[in-house]
Amino acid sequence: MIEDIEISELRNLCQVILEKYKYDFNNYAMSSFKRRILRILEIYKISSVTALIEKIKYDPIFFKQFLNEITVNVTEMFRDPSLWRDLRDKILPNLFSTHQTIKIWHAGCSSGEEVYSMCILLKEMGVLDKVKIYATDIDEPILAKAKEGKFTSKNMIDVNEKNYIRLGGLHKISNYYTETTGGFVKMDQSLVQNVTYKTHDLVKSGVFNKFDLILCRNVLIYFNQQLQNEVFKMFHESLFNYSYFVIGSKETLIWSDVSSKFIVVNSEEKVFKKVKE
Amino acid sequence: MNLNQLGIEKTDFKAVVIGGSAGSFQVITKILAEINPKFDLPIFMALHRLKHVRNGFIEALALKSNKIIVEPEDKEAIKKGMVYLAPANYHMFLELGNKIALSTEEMVNNSRPSIDLTFDTASYVYKTKIIGIMLSGANRDGAWGMKKLKERGGFTIVQDPKECTIDTMTTAAMNITKIDLVLTSENIIKFLNALV
Repeated sequence: MIEDIEISELRNLCQVILEKYKYDFNNYAMSSFKRRILRILEIYKISSVTALIEKIKYDPIFFKQFLNEITVNVTEMFRDPSLWRDLRDKILPNLFSTHQTIKIWHAGCSSGEEVYSMCILLKEMGVLDKVKIYATDIDEPILAKAKEGKFTSKNMIDVNEKNYIRLGGLHKISNYYTETTGGFVKMDQSLVQNVTYKTHDLVKSGVFNKFDLILCRNVLIYFNQQLQNEVFKMFHESLFNYSYFVIGSKETLIWSDVSSKFIVVNSEEKVFKKVKE
Repeated sequence: MNLNQLGIEKTDFKAVVIGGSAGSFQVITKILAEINPKFDLPIFMALHRLKHVRNGFIEALALKSNKIIVEPEDKEAIKKGMVYLAPANYHMFLELGNKIALSTEEMVNNSRPSIDLTFDTASYVYKTKIIGIMLSGANRDGAWGMKKLKERGGFTIVQDPKECTIDTMTTAAMNITKIDLVLTSENIIKFLNALV
């Protein structure tokens, strides 16, 4: 097993990927990027970064798998139930007090748990049909998984259900899925009728629409600050004035270039409101 | 405690990383209560904790602490003399360029935060200039991280297994790594204060 990777090797790898596939990993956070690379070397039994570079150069199908492994796809439904309560009791009612319909963007939606959480919340508020949701990710296979809406029963019970109960949902979470074979559950597809899934690379794809609410939680932690700053600017541009932006509970935009264009709505849950174009 | 006799000097170190799990809470509070307030190396703590409970832990640790303890935000700049506690349900990484980075990736040894990951990334950044301390705990998380820290030239300390409420974690670390010092909690505090 390979023990360590030099920064210079990571730079070479990023350069090859950028030239060949036009994905730019140069500004990913080093600590986690290095770990993901080590993980890929282990999973695919590749002996060195040099060997990985060769494989990536000549094997575009492998590169898709690489992209899937490099991104962190660990997520849960209703992570931080207190945020979801705030969305249900304050943020969304506030938006609906001035809007007939709203548009939401889940940026970096991974396998879709957060999208389903949102749809369940909206359904319980009776406004599911008044919302248009865009769910995006850099990674095509994970988007396909999100579309399928199949989650493991284990996660559903160990994590998602507990979060839903802590949130204080109206029903039982089991109302929203059916058991299937092999230890999986299938989410009720009527929940996601108004959801559009779309590949989108936060690093390069840029603004594609305007939103009333953007959620991008625990995605930018894998970027360095320089790149975070660029993406924050893109999100700012993608928001209507007086609309909301939610990041992870341990993320901040306070140091970024757009910080003065937002006010803090909830400092614990990291809910911001755009107040300046 | 005489550092010279141990063949080390105050200036050898730039950071301390501490790992703990079941039975470590009392030891940590004791360390924080008795550490010299002038101790100015940053201390990074990866302690196993309930995933879904965000509040309360840091407040409990802070009650009698001589040091300021924070749960860092992602990419927070590291300051001297601060104590950084890995937040609930996040791994805490050390990043080149004097920053802390957080991660929600897969659990390691059934843990998030994982002690292994904090130790590994901390020793990658600080190389020989770091002290790793392993306290009481009931699983094997941290043993591999201690090994990496030692391989990169860091200094390793475990709480005396005889004193640990549960000694699985310290014993696991001792089994795969040469440990520089095995100390009671009392002596861990003396060691740290000798660095001031």
